[in-house]
Amino acid sequence: MPLEVLLIEDSPGDVRLAQEAFRDAKTRIHLHVATDGVAAMAFLRHEGIHGQAPRPDFILLDLNLPKMDGREVLAHIKENHDLKTIPTIILTASDAEVDILKSYQLQANCYLSKPVQLDEFEAIVKSINHFWLTVAKLPPQTNSE
Amino acid sequence: MSEKSIAKFKGQDMHRDVLLVEDSPGDVRLTREAFRNVNMSVHLHVAIDGVDAMAFLRREGAHANAPRPDFILLDLNLPKMDGREVLARIKKDDSLKTIPTVILTTSEAEADVANSYRLQANCYLNKPVRFDAFESLVKSINDFWLTKVKLPPQAQSG
Repeated sequence: MPLEVLLIEDSPGDVRLAQEAFRDAKTRIHLHVATDGVAAMAFLRHEGIHGQAPRPDFILLDLNLPKMDGREVLAHIKENHDLKTIPTIILTASDAEVDILKSYQLQANCYLSKPVQLDEFEAIVKSINHFWLTVAKLPPQTNSE
Repeated sequence: MSEKSIAKFKGQDMHRDVLLVEDSPGDVRLTREAFRNVNMSVHLHVAIDGVDAMAFLRREGAHANAPRPDFILLDLNLPKMDGREVLARIKKDDSLKTIPTVILTTSEAEADVANSYRLQANCYLNKPVRFDAFESLVKSINDFWLTKVKLPPQAQSG
């Protein structure tokens, strides 16, 4: 079974870089993209055009997003009984201490800052792949109560 | 026993205080040796049961001078207070909940994995039995959590 990954990111360039980095991963991955916070929540709640959306095995979340910002998306995920178990990784250009602290307060699983250099960005996505998809145990897909 | 703490200075190559909550002396030794091999700047503190871990985190008794850990590695099966309870207490405490807490256990039971994520463990890892695999896991933890990940700032607000 491929892993379902939801990338919540509004920059087309970053989406493309992430897609390329994930394509090289050893694990088979379906990468889904939501380009704003409202679309992300619709995907997670199977609403509208996302009626058939799979439950993601993990989420990569940018903080600065149109319509509903990443902090609010994170708060919604971690307040929801069914969604809170999905590992949610912040990947953002911000390395402000206030954003880091706030994200951990909202129970982000981890926080990574997005490098500006292309090769470093690729390296970060690869290390997320390696650690979360190979080393870590993800929650089982059948989500029991 | 906590190792002597050294003041941290912003902007300098600072050390990381890691709290390992683990009752098996063999696993403590393996973890210590593995960290020594991959990252000399890790100060590994050990609590051997759940009660000891909470005393460390709350700086009670013998742990009055304990540093706030940057990162916690928590076994699930522990004497006195089990790891699930320690995790629940950490994640219910406003000042402790921001510390990344990673489960490191031999249990592969789906119920333990699901329950740990429900209690807001930051991540769940299986403890390998072979030494070389154990060392490579510690290296992965160091490369990801202590190198790539932005940990919460030490100066804790709120």
